[in-house]
Amino acid sequence: MLENYFPILVFLSIGTAIGVVLIGLGLVLGRLLGHARPDSEKQSPYECGFEAFEDARMKFDVRYYLVAILFIIFDLEIAFLFPWAVVLDEIGMAGFWAMMIFLGVLVVGFIYEWRKGALEWE
Amino acid sequence: MLEFISQNVFSPLTAFLLPSAWQPYAVYTLETVTKIVAILIPVLLTVAYLPYAERKIIGYIQNRIGPNRVGFFGYSLAGIGQPIADAVKLIFKEIIIPTGANKTLFIIAPILSVAPALAAWAVIPFNDTLVLADINAGLLYVLALTSLAVYGIIIAGWASNSKYAFLGAMRSVAQIVAYEIAMGFALVGVLIAAGSLNLGEIVRAQEGWFIHWFWLPLLPLLGVYFISGVAETNRAPFDVAEGESEIVAGFHVEYGGMAFSVFFMAEYANMIIIALLTSLLFFGGWLSPFHGIPYLGAPSIVWLLLKTSFFLFVFLWLRATFPRYRYDQIMRLGWKVFIPITIVWLVVAAILVVLEVPPWFK
Repeated sequence: MLENYFPILVFLSIGTAIGVVLIGLGLVLGRLLGHARPDSEKQSPYECGFEAFEDARMKFDVRYYLVAILFIIFDLEIAFLFPWAVVLDEIGMAGFWAMMIFLGVLVVGFIYEWRKGALEWE
Repeated sequence: MLEFISQNVFSPLTAFLLPSAWQPYAVYTLETVTKIVAILIPVLLTVAYLPYAERKIIGYIQNRIGPNRVGFFGYSLAGIGQPIADAVKLIFKEIIIPTGANKTLFIIAPILSVAPALAAWAVIPFNDTLVLADINAGLLYVLALTSLAVYGIIIAGWASNSKYAFLGAMRSVAQIVAYEIAMGFALVGVLIAAGSLNLGEIVRAQEGWFIHWFWLPLLPLLGVYFISGVAETNRAPFDVAEGESEIVAGFHVEYGGMAFSVFFMAEYANMIIIALLTSLLFFGGWLSPFHGIPYLGAPSIVWLLLKTSFFLFVFLWLRATFPRYRYDQIMRLGWKVFIPITIVWLVVAAILVVLEVPPWFK
């Protein structure tokens, strides 16, 4: 069982290695063969030619935070649905109705946040 | 082929270098690495030539020719040397690290986005027997790895310390996260229908010809899955993260040279994964649409590649056809249209399975 996961470990290492090698190649060859002449204008953050007005770590819209919270809730629901979906054949009508009640609760919550305007972006 | 290499190269080599107790493990590791290289070389070639195909196809759709100059040995051959010329140019370009940036995170971000995009290929079955890691949680693994792409983007946007990068990363992450829910629900529909998380089992559950595949009973979920896939990979018409006309290039505005091209590779590798998964989950993978007819009806990897190519073409077709969505429209589509559709169709799919509706569920 667990030995099936060994190729995945190797694959992940090779994928990371490809990224590291490509970036390393870019850093080394770009410095050796290209011309690296850093100056303060070139290395300043891009802002359409202006000097940067303020630090980029600024305030941002709270709705992004709300989206992240809603995502956690819904993703958890999906995590519950996965095992149920796999064994639906074997658990019969009781399992089916249990999940329908669960989905019903989820839908009530979903309607609530919709009516509260948590999903509005105007 | 692999056995031949294993017996004649790996065994003597490891016997020479290592203590005999380690030898079987070393040979097994080397065999695995060989298989991975055999998967990755075609994948990377496709990733290299997909942008070329994109420029060519969009060119013809817009009544242009597309890239047609760069070739080999003086023959242009419709410009097939273009990806190689681009790669050479990008390698020799300077990687500029902005003064205000977090240097380590800035370098790690592209690696973090390309590694999962490539590692997701570990569980993809290419035909009935040809699969590297035949794990029973295959679909969960793919979902987990494609979700990891978000980290590369948010770290890139944060580490750049640039306003455009920051805004692009925020938009992109909120969008990916919103569409991931719709995508997850659509995948649960496939699981209900197939009764397994193993990608090979899911294809085997679709045994039969064209109308036996899951696209028909799960039609709304197919639409939701594919459109969410387009949104997940930040492709047009959902490319507000890049939005070159408003926030220049979004999260990778400060990246140049090889660091930029690694992001680019990750995006195209993710596109191929989405196209491949659409054909595996909804269109019978390697099964033939002419089931039961001699020769044509035989399952083969060719069918899988044809289906995948078609969905990749749809990706490019969408980009050439549709104008970019506005951000609030994207969020509305994700939360207020797709999630209700998928919840309703989950219940429908569960009822179809419980009632054992032929010809899909027995």
